[in-house]
Amino acid sequence: MNLMLTKEKQAPELLDKVKTISGAEALLIALLEEEVDTIFGYPGGAIMPIYDALYDYRDRLNHILVRHEQGGIHAGQGYARSSGKAGVVFATSGPGATNLVTGLADALIDSTPLVCITGQVFAHLLGTDAFQETDIVNITTPVTKWNYQVTDASEIPDAVAKAFHIARSGRPGPVLIDIAKNAQIQKFDFKGYTSCKHIRSYRPKPIVRQEYIQQAAELINNAKKPFVLWGQGVMLGSAEQEFKTFIEKAGIPAAWTIMGAGALPSDHPLNVGMLGMHGNYGPNVLTNECDVLIAIGMRFDDRVTGRLDKYAKQAQVIHLDIDPSEISKNVKATVPVWGDCKETLPMLTELIEATAHTEWLEKFRRYEQEEIKEVIQDELFPATGEITMGEVIQQLNELTKGEAIVVSDVGQHQMVACRYAKLNHTRSNITSGGLGTMGFALPAAIGAKFGALDRTVVAVIGDGGFQMTLQELGTIMQSGVDVKILILNNQFLGMVRQWQELFQDKRYSFVDITSPDFVTVASGYGIAGKSISEREGLKEALQEMLSHKGSFLLEVMVTKENNVFPMVPQGSSVSEIRLK
Amino acid sequence: MSTQHPIEKQEFTITVYTENQIGLLNRIAIIFSRRKINIESLNTSPSEIEGIHRFTILIHETEEVVRKVASQIEKQVEVLKVYYNTNEDVIWQEMALYKVPTDVIAEKALVERLLRENGARAVVIRKDYTVFETTGHREETENLINVLQPYGLIEFVRSARIAIIKGSEGFHRKLQEFEKREPGHDVVENEYLNKGDKVFTM
Ligand SMILES: Cc1ncc(C[n+]2csc(CCOP(=O)(O)OP(=O)(O)O)c2C)c(N)n1
Repeated sequence: MNLMLTKEKQAPELLDKVKTISGAEALLIALLEEEVDTIFGYPGGAIMPIYDALYDYRDRLNHILVRHEQGGIHAGQGYARSSGKAGVVFATSGPGATNLVTGLADALIDSTPLVCITGQVFAHLLGTDAFQETDIVNITTPVTKWNYQVTDASEIPDAVAKAFHIARSGRPGPVLIDIAKNAQIQKFDFKGYTSCKHIRSYRPKPIVRQEYIQQAAELINNAKKPFVLWGQGVMLGSAEQEFKTFIEKAGIPAAWTIMGAGALPSDHPLNVGMLGMHGNYGPNVLTNECDVLIAIGMRFDDRVTGRLDKYAKQAQVIHLDIDPSEISKNVKATVPVWGDCKETLPMLTELIEATAHTEWLEKFRRYEQEEIKEVIQDELFPATGEITMGEVIQQLNELTKGEAIVVSDVGQHQMVACRYAKLNHTRSNITSGGLGTMGFALPAAIGAKFGALDRTVVAVIGDGGFQMTLQELGTIMQSGVDVKILILNNQFLGMVRQWQELFQDKRYSFVDITSPDFVTVASGYGIAGKSISEREGLKEALQEMLSHKGSFLLEVMVTKENNVFPMVPQGSSVSEIRLK
Repeated sequence: MSTQHPIEKQEFTITVYTENQIGLLNRIAIIFSRRKINIESLNTSPSEIEGIHRFTILIHETEEVVRKVASQIEKQVEVLKVYYNTNEDVIWQEMALYKVPTDVIAEKALVERLLRENGARAVVIRKDYTVFETTGHREETENLINVLQPYGLIEFVRSARIAIIKGSEGFHRKLQEFEKREPGHDVVENEYLNKGDKVFTM
């Protein structure tokens, strides 16, 4: 990702002579210069000149026509998350643009690089309540890393260059460029495209301070019970190898946030599991027992920390993050290590002594044994009764061997998928972490597949969430993309039902959800499918889904009222995690 | 920086050096409004450097919150630098205009004396009304309202606070650093973090 930014690039054929082209064409040339190959989009009046120009660029830019702009932006997110590149999304003005808002919010909170292009009414109509005019720049200001309105074609090359630089660098995020229709049509003297590498008011990478590295190393070297928490920052910084080297040398047990899952293989001996509300037992309890907590590329979300005033109070906290505003935002840092972890981790590794914390690691494993006995065994290997979500994921693991990309939606199935999916590779767990956007998985899986064509993509989705964006089956049908759709149907809005059961005396208020026959719906879109409810056929059905040529929808009827455990109830401390 | 307990709310002047960009005011304002923080006053003006804008924002908050807000403002792409200071750290002024009926002033010598005592200066004198101006701290401009109220104050307006940071050497050197593509390692950017001595605590 960072490599792309340092490359000095200018189209050679454009250098010798100035071309007179339209703003729309300049946009497409700029996208090509930024090595964009795929666009997710939906046309409309205010973006028609861009779509008209795209007609001549179809051979170089693969435009995927989605069924709803929210689907388009989630697909862009999935693409970005699986490929490490920026996702590109087109939408028209007004309703097209406002349909992007959920995805922008999701991408901002989950640090996903996106460049969204919206059409806008003619500049002379701005502010007049023109047809399909919305003030999208102001609407999206809180949910974009940066946004900009173009009213003159000559602004386009620089605006796009800036957009890509900002979206990809530092802590990545979504940017939006709103282009007035006149600027799309307008012809101007295009002097060639120069990518952006520096904006004077923007410092994506804070400068690493050696003294903090030294202080951090000192704390780590003196620690008896050090504990590493890692988040998506490790992947965003492409620092998986540096991370592994660091924890291996220091011998420190490491746990992940759901956004960080997969940066270290699931079966790595130092990987002690998942953090947070539905995370593993040991990592949560021992957060309140460690003496040095080393947080790497994570932001202490409240779903991770539980009650803050009872969170790791005994520990010295070392926080490595590229975004200075995250340091001491929720959890006070004893030593702040600002910077790109790709740079800071090797600096730290050099200063730490090679050790093993065998006894301390053993402690995690003892908690794990208890969790297996109390929770995991029954969830993954039930002998009788209805199918559990956990056993579906377990059987899937046995078939994919951890090689697949798992995209999950939001709810119980998400927690189960994140807890149990075996991940051998980085960028393999794609889920809506910070925003918890139901309806994310199906379109994100489509995008993830386009971003990693050689990999199997399995979307694990609830019966509720699937119905939020199922129109994207049309995108699958038309594009022919190969996505495996695994619906875990508990006939409830399960996660809400779980809370109502545990905290509201089983007053099941509007969580009973009826679904259509999903297999018939899929077949209407020409997508093969199957529904099963018996344990006997589960593995074969999963195998059929995986080996089917093309997309396949498998609905598994799972037990209706299972709860996801362990659980840190809201307002409780991580060490008050419940096993039942 | 303040030595007061960070839990206590007090006035902070936030100084933001920015590029001149449409929409930036909104981007900055929503950082306060999303936390339900009331902006007591906000001023935008040129700065000591051509082309660079300076926001002066006054809020009443704890240092802890101000620090977080400041770092979220600084994170915005078009923001160059954010400083936050307590009242002890800044020289500040506000300006106020008062419109009063001219006949009252002409008739009552007392009013004229009061105006003089409060450092007011007549900006416009017409047959029907006179506009006075004072500059000072909040208490000073407020004082004159009370003084003039009984004599038929027609209109009153006060400007936002503008402030100079006592300890600042201006923005020139910092800007030069920012303009370098690869800032050198001698550039100490994260000065928020410089407060602790050995191991940083905030
Ligand atoms: C867009 C949106 N609306 C509402 C919610 C609140 N919510 C969180 S989980 C959940 C239930 C999800 O039900 P389902 O998709 O069937 O998955 P399950 O929990 O049963 O696995 C709801 C309604 C949300 N996260 N996102």
